Amino acid sequence: MNFDEIKRLLSEKFGSDVIIEDQKGGLQPALVISPNSIGSVCEELRDNKNTWFDFLSCLTGIDHGVENNKFSVVYHLASIPHKHQLVLKVIIDHDRSLDSLPSFISVSDIWKTAEWHEREAFDLLGIQFEGHPDLRRILLPDDWEGYPLRKDYIAAEEYKGIKIKE
Amino acid sequence: MQVKKTRYDQLTENLKPEEMIINMGPQHPSTHGVLRLELITDGEIVKEVIPHMGYLHRCFEKHCENLTYQQIIPFVDRMDYLSSMNNDHAYVMGVERMMGIDKDIPKRVEYIRVLVCELNRIASHLIAIGIYGIDIGAFTPFLWCFRDREHIMNMLEWASGSRMLYNYIWVGGLFYDLPVGFEERCSEFVSYFKPKLTELNQLLTDNQIFIARTAGVGILPLDVAINYGCSGPMLRGSGLKWDLRRTDEYSAYPELEFDIPVGKGEMGKSGDCWDRYKVRADEIVESIRIVEQCLERLQKELKRGPEFDPRAKLPKKIIPKEQDFYIRAENPRGELGYYFISDGKTEIPKRVKARAPSFNNLSVLPEITRGVLIADLVAILGSVDIVLGEVDR
Repeated sequence: MNFDEIKRLLSEKFGSDVIIEDQKGGLQPALVISPNSIGSVCEELRDNKNTWFDFLSCLTGIDHGVENNKFSVVYHLASIPHKHQLVLKVIIDHDRSLDSLPSFISVSDIWKTAEWHEREAFDLLGIQFEGHPDLRRILLPDDWEGYPLRKDYIAAEEYKGIKIKE
Repeated sequence: MQVKKTRYDQLTENLKPEEMIINMGPQHPSTHGVLRLELITDGEIVKEVIPHMGYLHRCFEKHCENLTYQQIIPFVDRMDYLSSMNNDHAYVMGVERMMGIDKDIPKRVEYIRVLVCELNRIASHLIAIGIYGIDIGAFTPFLWCFRDREHIMNMLEWASGSRMLYNYIWVGGLFYDLPVGFEERCSEFVSYFKPKLTELNQLLTDNQIFIARTAGVGILPLDVAINYGCSGPMLRGSGLKWDLRRTDEYSAYPELEFDIPVGKGEMGKSGDCWDRYKVRADEIVESIRIVEQCLERLQKELKRGPEFDPRAKLPKKIIPKEQDFYIRAENPRGELGYYFISDGKTEIPKRVKARAPSFNNLSVLPEITRGVLIADLVAILGSVDIVLGEVDR
């Protein structure tokens, strides 16, 4: 199935407001999905035998910069039987306050690949995934404060008594 | 607000009286680098494995926010340091496709790239096989593999200037052309190496002790492998013929002939450690075939000429249009992917995310090691073939 057919399949099954936008300008067209329905969309794309996206290549968290105040998660799906690929994006506005983190729905029960990728997004960017069984830091030490890959990250002066900045 | 307990807390807090938590710590000769495995064991049987990583995290993605596309290439080398040429190749292909210059790369440059990438694949698989032997307890294959790998490293040092982290493949071309006499020396290496492969196979592949340790151990079913995102020899060892060099048809691979070895369960069940080892041993044979074909073409149709400059097509400034792009390529360990976001205005990318194959391959470890003995855990971890530089980035 090509991009337009997949878009039509999703609009027919879930209604036309599931797809917020389709970005066809670049080399790889992408679908922007509404944040609440990403779980059911991904499950349909995996289970429908015409699309059969059984392989999640990559899950990336992105911080769009201090002026934009948006966070997004990009999913790169691949289908081994049909040999096609798809890009899905979910974008959320968030004001960077640290009491509540930007929250997305986890797809780790659909593809177990997402378990560790979502942990990495949580670790480096502070993106929360609802429904994730084990959301804790993965690459940084467990008691690190702050989310380094955010654009407004300022490193602390010390870590356990060792000076970080020179 | 009640914080839901993570699975880690649930596993480590409710232990039965006979269970204990043992640490296979970051410093350990058999964990292939700085990897901490927390084992919950009942005697010698492993009930649960919880990997902890991050000891080699060098903030690759944060560095990429301050460097130009060309300056990122040495950082990309250092992720999977055993197969740097393949890392470079995947990254450079991604940037070239974003710039739109991927069809203009001269054929000689493409063939040299494939040649050095396949030589690096042979070197990487030799390490995987040698270290796997020494994890199991066989010392001789380890020394033989490293002796043969030295020849490859000397050749690549002659071509690029450094033994391991080459910085050789640049956006739009290469750093240097191959030195004069390289093709002949490479042909000599190939004819020297083929009988050595036979000796290596006699030592390990048909060895009854090795088969007893690895056949039927750590069976990875195919649907579990696909769900966990495993790729490369892990996926091919479970029986699926999936190789991105054939699926995506990038660089000079469509014009080369090679087979894709697949694990068939000859000694035990399909998807066990022996199958993954055999896939890697067979891939060395296929890479030698590719190297021979490249050498033949580099010596005949694509001979070096005085006017050939590998830096001819290097763009003056690398500023791709505003877009985001995901490139994937076949690393010796699996699918290496880079996701670029460029804003179209500066030479510095907004975001580069590296999808490392060993990160996903390692995530399947807790699934396939439930109920095995600790010695089997070492065998399974060796067959996954991780490089911590990639896992942590």
